[in-house]
Amino acid sequence: MISKILAATAPEGGELPNPLLPADYDIIWSSVIFVILLTFFWFKVLPGFKRMLDERAKAIEGRLAEAEEAQKAAERRTATVMAEQEKLRSEASSIREEARSEGATILAELKEQAAKEAERLVENGKSSLLAERDSASRALKAEIGALALELASRIVNEKLQDDKVANRVVDDFIAELEGKKVK
Amino acid sequence: MMIRLIVMVLIIVLFLLWTRKFNQSVKTGNVVPGRFQLVGEMALNFVRKSIAHDQLGEKDGERFLPLLTTIFFMVLGMNITGIIPFANIAGTSVIGVPLVLAAAAYVTFIYAGIRRHGMKFFKNSLFPSGVPVYFYTLVTPIEFLSTFILRPVTLVLRLMMNMIAGHLLLVLCFSATHFFFFQTDGLFRAFGAGTFLFGFAFTLFEILVSVLQAYVFTLLTTVYIQLALADEH
Repeated sequence: MISKILAATAPEGGELPNPLLPADYDIIWSSVIFVILLTFFWFKVLPGFKRMLDERAKAIEGRLAEAEEAQKAAERRTATVMAEQEKLRSEASSIREEARSEGATILAELKEQAAKEAERLVENGKSSLLAERDSASRALKAEIGALALELASRIVNEKLQDDKVANRVVDDFIAELEGKKVK
Repeated sequence: MMIRLIVMVLIIVLFLLWTRKFNQSVKTGNVVPGRFQLVGEMALNFVRKSIAHDQLGEKDGERFLPLLTTIFFMVLGMNITGIIPFANIAGTSVIGVPLVLAAAAYVTFIYAGIRRHGMKFFKNSLFPSGVPVYFYTLVTPIEFLSTFILRPVTLVLRLMMNMIAGHLLLVLCFSATHFFFFQTDGLFRAFGAGTFLFGFAFTLFEILVSVLQAYVFTLLTTVYIQLALADEH
């Protein structure tokens, strides 16, 4: 059937073309076209294509690297900040600690001082009190002796005159005493 | 022949545009592709990633990429002309192009094998290891036939016959449509609608076949190269 179709398409009086046998021009020009296309793809299209792909890969990698770099920088910064915070915190706590201990020592010192002062004051007071008492009792003794002597002599002087007189003498004496005291 | 030249020029123009885009993006450092550029990248990456890298790995894939890319786009471009109005014939439906491409694939995979294994390549492919010695009388001719004769022949014929068959089908459908519409009356015209529908369906089918055949041709070439590079069969 195919041969009939081919026969129908063959030119009048021409021989039957066999589709499996190539004509010279067919094979030659096909080869030429193939070679041209092969050269074209080999040296023109594919290198350009590859360059473009490489460029893109590089660009993408570059961007990734950049992003990675940025991330690392951020991480570093965070780490620094955190370390600094940590340092500050420990510093603050150490300062607080120091202050506390210092306060404690100061307090203790002050307490000690105060205690000493108080002791000293008490001691002073005691001794001055003693001294005063001593002097007072001495003065009193002396005065009482004198007064008693005076009173006794007056009583003896006025005794016999009157009880009234005696009373008046005593009152006078007391008033005198009071007057002395007021003075 | 005209069609092939036109296709060649079109392919070159299209890919020149894409190349210019690529170069521009390299120069300006703007690596975000536009729509047009993205289509080109997808096309080139299809061959590069899905075919070459998948089968051959990165390194060998890059080595044979020019050949594979050329084969893919040449076959695709010349297949698709089969359904383009006023072209209407696939450039690959005449034996020249498939033959040249298959020869290139043949030479390449033998070259790849010899380059990798030296003369051991022939020994490896003709006397596969792990086979009892006396079986070589049977295995070696088969291997020789399949590797060194049938591979290129099947490459050529598969592509060409697919395109010829597609072309014949379309011719049949559309000439029948024309005949029924303009040279018959009455009910026969209804047949014209049917044949037109078939022609339409087969046109769509041909698009699929065009892409598929380009893919298959390129993939088989890749597989042959990969088998030639492989250490043991």
